[in-house]
This record gives sequence, C-alpha cells and structure tokens, in this order.
Amino acid sequence: MSAPAMTRRPVPTRSTATGPSRTTSPRGKRPRNDFRVALVFIGPAALGFIVFFLVPTLRGIWFSFTDQNLIGAGEFIGLENYTRMFADPLFWNSLLVTLEYVFINIAVQTVLAVGIAVLMHRLTQSVVIRGIVLLPYLVANVVVALVWFWMFDYSTGVVNVIIDTIGLDRMAFFGNEATAIPTIALINVWRHVGYTALLIFAGLQTIPKELYEAGAIDGASEARMFRSITLPLLRPVMALVLVITVVGSFQIFDTVAVTTEGGPVDATRVIYYYIYQQAFQRFDLGYASALSVFLLVVLAVVAFIQLRLLRSNRSDLA
Amino acid sequence: MTGTLQGLPVSSAPISQTPRPRPRGRRIRPGRVVAWIALALVMVITLFPFYWMLRTAFSSNSALFLDPGNPLPAEFSWGGFRRVLGLATPEEIAADGGSSGTLDFWLYLRNSMIVASAITAGQVFFSSLAAYAFARLHWPGRDVVFFIFLTALMVPPIFVQLPNFVLIRDLGLLNTLPGIILPFLFMTPFAVFFMRQFFLGINHEVEEAARLDGAGHARIFFGIVLPMSRTPLFTLALLTFITAWGEYFWPLLVGRSDEARVLTVALGIFRSQTPQTGPDWAGLMAATLIAAVPVLILFLLLGRRLIDNLGYSGTK
Repeated sequence: MSAPAMTRRPVPTRSTATGPSRTTSPRGKRPRNDFRVALVFIGPAALGFIVFFLVPTLRGIWFSFTDQNLIGAGEFIGLENYTRMFADPLFWNSLLVTLEYVFINIAVQTVLAVGIAVLMHRLTQSVVIRGIVLLPYLVANVVVALVWFWMFDYSTGVVNVIIDTIGLDRMAFFGNEATAIPTIALINVWRHVGYTALLIFAGLQTIPKELYEAGAIDGASEARMFRSITLPLLRPVMALVLVITVVGSFQIFDTVAVTTEGGPVDATRVIYYYIYQQAFQRFDLGYASALSVFLLVVLAVVAFIQLRLLRSNRSDLA
Repeated sequence: MTGTLQGLPVSSAPISQTPRPRPRGRRIRPGRVVAWIALALVMVITLFPFYWMLRTAFSSNSALFLDPGNPLPAEFSWGGFRRVLGLATPEEIAADGGSSGTLDFWLYLRNSMIVASAITAGQVFFSSLAAYAFARLHWPGRDVVFFIFLTALMVPPIFVQLPNFVLIRDLGLLNTLPGIILPFLFMTPFAVFFMRQFFLGINHEVEEAARLDGAGHARIFFGIVLPMSRTPLFTLALLTFITAWGEYFWPLLVGRSDEARVLTVALGIFRSQTPQTGPDWAGLMAATLIAAVPVLILFLLLGRRLIDNLGYSGTK
C-alpha cells in the first residue's frame, strides 16, 4: 500500500540521501531519511489525530469564549463564561464533590490494590486467580453501576437484606446525600482495583527474589519485608499507577449518569456530569467548554505534579 | 518482565504454596493462612456480584420482591431475557411483573458488536503503522510530533468530545454507527504509545538484514515486524475492544436513536424508564448480562495473554 505513494511526490532536498531506502548503502546510512515512507505510515493516525484531537482541542478553547449552543454557531463573548463559572455555586459544588470522589476512590483503591498485589505476589502465581481479579474491569461501567444499584436497593437489594438479617438498619446507599458519593466511589473501586493490582503485581515481579530470601534468612517478618523491601522498590511503579488512576478518576461520569443522575439534591453532581448537563440539557456548549477548559487545567496540574514526583523516584531500583 | 511471567507453568501453583527453596514452616504458617483467607475473601467479593446478576436474571420478577434473600433464583424463569429480547407476549409480561418497554437488545447487541469490532480493527492497525514510524523510521521532527501525540493523553475526553459532537453533527452523522466509530477509528495516543514501546525493543539486526535483502519498509513491517508483534497486538486489541464495548459517554451523545443505540446506552435508557415502584430487576439484570457476556467470553478465550502482558500497558 505504500508503494504508489512513495513514488508520487518528490521530496526536494533530501531525496538523494534517501531514495527508496533499499538502495542506501549499509555504511553511509547515518543521515537516513524515511520521510516519505513515514508519511504513509503515519498518515491515517495523523489524520485522526488532527481531526478528532488537535482541531477539537483548539475549537473547544474557542467555544469557551463564545455563546455556542447545540444548534447554530456562537458569537465571541470574551471572558463571560469564565466570570460566570467562578460565580457559579453549582460549579464549585461539582468541583468539591468530584474531589471527594477522587479522594475516596483513589485512597481505598490504592491501599487495596497494593494489598491484593502483595498477597498474590507472596502466595501464588496462579493465572486463574489473576484472571478472576481482573474480571470486574472487563465489564462496562454501566453494567457495574446497575448491578450494584440493584444490590444496594433499599427494599429488595441483597446487601440491605443481609444488613436487615444481622439486625442493623437498612441504608439508602444512593438515596442519602452523605453516602451517595462514597457508595459510587467504592463501586468503582470494585471495578478498577483488580486492574490496578495487576499493574502493581507486574511491578513486584521486577523486585529480585533474592532480597526476600535474604530477608527470610535474617528472620525478617513479612510485615518487615513489606516495609523495607517492597514499598521502597515499588515507589516508581506506584507513582505511574497513581498518575493513570487519578486522571481517570476525575472523569467519573457513567456511574453517576445511570444511578443518581447528580442527586440527591446536588450530592453527586460531579464536574463531568455538570459539564454534560450544561452542554446537552441546557444546550450551553460555550459554558460547558469553559468548564472543561478548567478541568483540563486541573488535570494538567495534577499530572504535572505527579510526574515530578515520579522523576525524583526514578533511582530507587538502582 | 513478560518473559518471566510467561515462563511460569500455569498450573503449578493453585492452592498449594509456591515451592520456594527457603526454610518454611518456622513461624510463617499462621500468617500464610490468614493471607490465604484474605485472598479468598477478595475472590468472593469479586465474584459475588456476577453471581447475583446471574441469579436475578433467571428469577421471575414478581418473585424477587417476595423472596429477596434467596441465594438461588427466585422462581426460575427465562422471563427477563424474553422481555429484553422482545420475545415476550404482553400477557407474559404482565404475569411476570416486568416492564413493557420497547427495547430490542438484539439490535443493540449487533450495534455494539459492529462498533467495538470496527474501532478495534482500525485503531490497532492504524496505531501500529504510526507507532512503527515513530519507533523505526528516521524523519525530521519525529520526536516533536510524537510528543504532541502524547500530550493528547492528558486531555480529558469530554474536552474534545463537545467539539467533536458539533463536527459529527455538521457531517450529518448524528445517530449513525459511523458517527460513533469515527473519532476512535484512527488512533488513540495510548495505542500508539503502547505499540511504539514494543517496536523500540525489536532487534535492529532483523530489519537491517531484510533491508540488505532488498525489502522495503512495507515488506519489513507486514512481513517481519507485525508477525513478531502478535502478543502485544493481541493485548492491545483486547484492551481496545473492552474499552470500546464499555464506552458510554460518546455514544450517549451521538447515538441516542434506536437504530444507532449501543448496549451501554440502552442499559441507561432501560434504567431511566424503570418505574420507582416494582422495577423490572430481572429484566435489567438479564440485559446487563447480555452486555457483559460477550466480553467475558472473549476474555475466557484470549485472556491469558492479556493477564501476562498487563505490566506492559500500564507501565512500560
């Protein structure tokens, strides 16, 4: 598929150095230039990137300065969307709710994932067990949300039936302002913890076994080995895993959309859902774009900070 | 990393302890028992919701309310499946206490299949091509372009999806399957990054030898590099399929109408149509099962490589 395109456009200066690269002599290949071939290889991806990532990014920033709606074109209105945003209590609320979600989700998930990874690492290499741990991740967010929505149902959900049998009070997991976000956060821990655990598990595989053997000979306890060997050597992997999971966690939408729809009151109106509502229920694409510019900046800052931490940890395994 | 994982015999370690040449049985035993119990608990919590989905889907909906704690299906019934697949008669629906929505999960299953398969095929293929150009070809500006590609990883999807919605609308592709597929068809930064990581590790000598034999880049790529990359390609394809299959936000924006509705969107609609009193839990769980099973089957068939290669995708 590359042959016709290669012969089409003569590349001005470098063409003598490259030619079709088959003729390059093995010795003088340093200034090799595969520009025309590369163009063919990268063409479709570059097209997709420009049309669906690059241009929309610029367009999204432009939208945030306009009163773009869902139907027509928008007019430039300067910083109006941004001033409105900073004065919008619902926006600040959505930010707070999102942060609460991210905090609970990441804290619980990270601790559990490390625990599961270490358990697997020290107990078994079984592929079956690792497969089971990964199962929830395979299922769509929406499916996971609905299954737990059913299991947490107030009157007939199995969790409340069990709670009732034990003699405790039934809980309205999704229906209570105080428990809605923790509930959603824990549901998504259930879905993602196995995947995260397997990433950490892969990191654990890189720690030399001899360290543990030496520790065991010295009579170190498992807890001691965890603190002195596993944790320090795992830090670079952990930093990377955290970047991925935190950025992903900010994008909580699916679970909210199919269970609480932002309620009760505004208790679960996370920022992603608020943006969605502004754009597709209020048809205010301009304002929604301003909100997502803000989200973009927040995520960039979060990722930047974490990557800095990652770099400073790089030497740990050396 | 992968090598060590794959080298392990699969069945060597199920319940018995890992045979490790170290003095054991001294004082580790009780600790190990506790650890195994903890791991077993993790397994139970992981698996129980799947079982409950199954148990509910095969229950008669009206019986669910009378017998909510029954660990077995309450009055075994195919009713839930018959309703969501549009096979149940109105009398049957009324008798079963189900909802009489007009959802046709055959259609949505088909749509999801088309969408996820097309995205997987296109994305893996085009991203591999690009990754090869980034990893093995020499051209000016390569690293700058790659860096620009990578920055897209940091952009939250919703940010580009608002303008993309306007684009798809202007193209007249709202409520069509191509409209759902197109933005994901050519690349994702992750897929390019993933494949590039692998291509970087391939020995240069293989290519050099082929080049001396007169093979062009196309021949080298399709004849040598791709066949060598079966495992990462597989892993990437499975991950891409899982992601595409589970995607909710984008199809919710552009695929609301019946003919372009995928399973996730249909589930959301099913749930929002559910009445407050006496919801059709059996039907809902049957529908979620239909949405979950294809990926689970795929995982049963191909999951081994995914598990072995996960370290790749997340970290290196």
